Amino acid sequence: MPTISQEYKTALRSVSVDLNNDVSLLIDIPDALCERDKVKFTVHTKTTLSVFQKPEFSVPRQHEDFIWLHDTLVETEEYAGLIIPPAPPKPDFESPREKMHKLGEGEATMTKEEYTKMKQELEAEYLAVFKKTVQVHEVFLQRLSSHPVLSKDRNFQIFLEYDQDLSVRRKMPRRCLVVSSRTWLKSADEVLISGVKEVDDFFEQEKTFLLDYSTKIKDSTTKAERMTRAHKNVADDYIHVAAILNSISAEENTALKKHLDKFSDMFEKLRKVEGRVASDQELKLTELLRYYTRDIQAAKDLLYRRARALDKARLKSKDVAQAEDNQRQCMQKFEKLSESGKKELTSFKGRRVVAFRKNLVEMAELEIKHAKNSVSLLQGCIETLKNC
Amino acid sequence: MERKPPPFPDSEEQEAHSEKAEEESGDDDDDDDDDGGEDIFTGNDLFSEEGSYPGVQEPSVDNQHASNGLRSDDDEQDLFAEARVELSLDRSSTKGIREVTRSSPSAPDISYKSSTSKMSFEKPEEEESNDKFELNIAVTHPEKVGDGMNAYMVYKVSTQTTLPMFKSRAFSVRRRFSDFLGLFEKLSEKHAQNGYIVPLPPEKSVVGMTKVKVGKEDTSSTEFVEKRRAALERYLHRVVSHQNLLQDPDVREFLEKDELPRAVSTQTLSGAGFLKMINKASDAVNKMTIKMNESDNWFEEKLQEVENEEQQLRKLHAVVDALVNHRKDLCGNTAVFAKSMAMLGNSEDNTALSRALSQLAEVEDKMEQLHQEQASNDFFIFAELLADYVRLLGGVRNCFDQRIKTWQRWQDAQSTLQKKREVEAKLLWANKPDKLQQAKDEITEWEAKVTQYERDFERICATVRKEVLRFEKEKSNDFKVHIIKYLESLLVSQQRLIKYWEAFLPEAKAIS
Repeated sequence: MPTISQEYKTALRSVSVDLNNDVSLLIDIPDALCERDKVKFTVHTKTTLSVFQKPEFSVPRQHEDFIWLHDTLVETEEYAGLIIPPAPPKPDFESPREKMHKLGEGEATMTKEEYTKMKQELEAEYLAVFKKTVQVHEVFLQRLSSHPVLSKDRNFQIFLEYDQDLSVRRKMPRRCLVVSSRTWLKSADEVLISGVKEVDDFFEQEKTFLLDYSTKIKDSTTKAERMTRAHKNVADDYIHVAAILNSISAEENTALKKHLDKFSDMFEKLRKVEGRVASDQELKLTELLRYYTRDIQAAKDLLYRRARALDKARLKSKDVAQAEDNQRQCMQKFEKLSESGKKELTSFKGRRVVAFRKNLVEMAELEIKHAKNSVSLLQGCIETLKNC
Repeated sequence: MERKPPPFPDSEEQEAHSEKAEEESGDDDDDDDDDGGEDIFTGNDLFSEEGSYPGVQEPSVDNQHASNGLRSDDDEQDLFAEARVELSLDRSSTKGIREVTRSSPSAPDISYKSSTSKMSFEKPEEEESNDKFELNIAVTHPEKVGDGMNAYMVYKVSTQTTLPMFKSRAFSVRRRFSDFLGLFEKLSEKHAQNGYIVPLPPEKSVVGMTKVKVGKEDTSSTEFVEKRRAALERYLHRVVSHQNLLQDPDVREFLEKDELPRAVSTQTLSGAGFLKMINKASDAVNKMTIKMNESDNWFEEKLQEVENEEQQLRKLHAVVDALVNHRKDLCGNTAVFAKSMAMLGNSEDNTALSRALSQLAEVEDKMEQLHQEQASNDFFIFAELLADYVRLLGGVRNCFDQRIKTWQRWQDAQSTLQKKREVEAKLLWANKPDKLQQAKDEITEWEAKVTQYERDFERICATVRKEVLRFEKEKSNDFKVHIIKYLESLLVSQQRLIKYWEAFLPEAKAIS
């Protein structure tokens, strides 16, 4: 049952800007256990806020608890004008598990060494998925804790503190309704948002931008995923090449032997580098895109809510007196929403740009580092072979 | 894609050959004897022999003979008439520099010793000059001729050489694929049965060619043509680097002659066909009732090594093939990603970030090209090398089988001789003088055959040994050269990668 080291976690926490800066409420996930499909996160809180019973405490939480928290926040009307941080995606071990299965089937066709190496690669992949899911859950909580309004949410505090099993609280009938109506609402929202006449320039711009950007970034995420996967395949192939070259070299007893040995060795070294390149790319680029696809969706949700509010505000113009009062309320709601919405969207923009910058810079630096490593390995090998 | 052939390995030997060639052309004598087979063959270096047997035709210079390159002109002897396909049938097109004159028959028993006795036409020993003779061959300019299903590709085969046996120093001819197959067929007919490793030409490909014929101008047919062109070039390089084969007039004709008669039987015979034949022969050998008693384990061990190696190379080839495909996938996915990134960059409203994303798209575009080139290198430098050697090893296996067949023939002759002796004995006892003479004649005939076949066997043993050593040396060099070349291609690729990302970095840092 793998656990995570602190440093790796800090290294991983790159898709969002440095959260967890406010000492009054510090949250992290120092530990997690993987039992079959279920991941149990240990949510650790350190706080100076009096609203909590203790200054430091930890609770075990499951992925479903996070989803509950997210959905509750989304449903809270007061927060309609806020961008609710996107819910962390479900831990998905499907890919490494499938590959592990295939590996098991193909075991007979490989040498023992080859099999061991492939297995190591897969275990690393599995671990990477695990680390990513921890990170993504952690970031979710940290976004909440650093938000001036959301950090004060009662449900959030319950989530952090309640030391019993949350699933009791979770099982509210309302849940199902919201979950299923969500998808239905989505398509309705799309229609609404594109149809609604915008009153505000800012929102008009935002709407156009977010709609367009959202499609594009989703597309980029998929394409990046495919690219990274193909890269991993190439790195894996190097393992097989190295293994067979090794067996050929073992039977060779001419001057060629040395060459084959070095060649096999080179492939082995290179595949490690290529593997790192692929996983760094995954982390810095693909993960970045993935995260912001979700975040953009959250921003879009804000726009939907606003559009619905506007719609409501406009609708109630049939009956007079009572309606007028109603309408005034709706308008008010709408305006508040719009104001907070504007703030949120602006800060969201800033966050996004900073995150992209950080990740793109880091990715470029890593690519250069790995390539330089490859270059020196190759140069060394070629030199040796030429003098052989 | 570099066209230069690998450095010509045996240039000194070439030059010595050509010396001999010069010597021969002025010579009317039938020098083609049964070359004191053993003496010359057991030595590792042909040319150490040269001094000792001046005037004796180098065993490797088998130009005149269509069949067994090393044989003497035994057609005159009836005893051997049925033993080999005779020259008269296929020499019509050969216009080698050396004209064959096969007038003087030589009795079998003399021929064996003739190597030492043929001092009569000894020429003053040619000085082996220290100049290296050059021979460069390139296969270029694939051109489609004709239309529709009758269309075919023609390649330009250019030769640049200082070898005197050619009519000029630089020349080129146009050849089509079936011409190459025809050359292979001729060479293998003549030399394979003597234990020589005859290089195999590239495979026929109905699918590949159909696309080309039909006129599909897509990347897969250009790739196919390039793959074939490169394979044909490598094939020729291998042929001419084999000193025996280079001396074969068919090879010279192939390189020099303007028009070659269309090779028709290649309909059936190709590299793959040949390999099938080899495998059938192996099966036949395995089914032999009398197993050879190897006095020397060398052959058995070597054959085992060869078979193992063939298997391993096949596996490696399959894996490298997968690598090529995965890299092509990566290439495609990168291109798609680059486009997507460009679109995202356009969509982005922050100016600096928008620029950076567009730059990223450009970097990924360049990466796509890198991957494309690397995939091509994976293929041409690595995968094709392995494919060539898998085929060649099949050819090596064939030598071994030919040796066993030769042994078998000797054994069969011995048992036939035994039977004939028994017949004679019976006749003696039955006292039938008329039939007795015939029996005696037959015994004489078979005794000669037994001697001949035994000599053949010894000779093929020596040839196979030599060939295997030569092959191993060539393979070793080939692999060494290609390994380095491949690693260098990876190196260049990585160095370019560094440049691209270093150019991108400031753009990324400029985001604000």
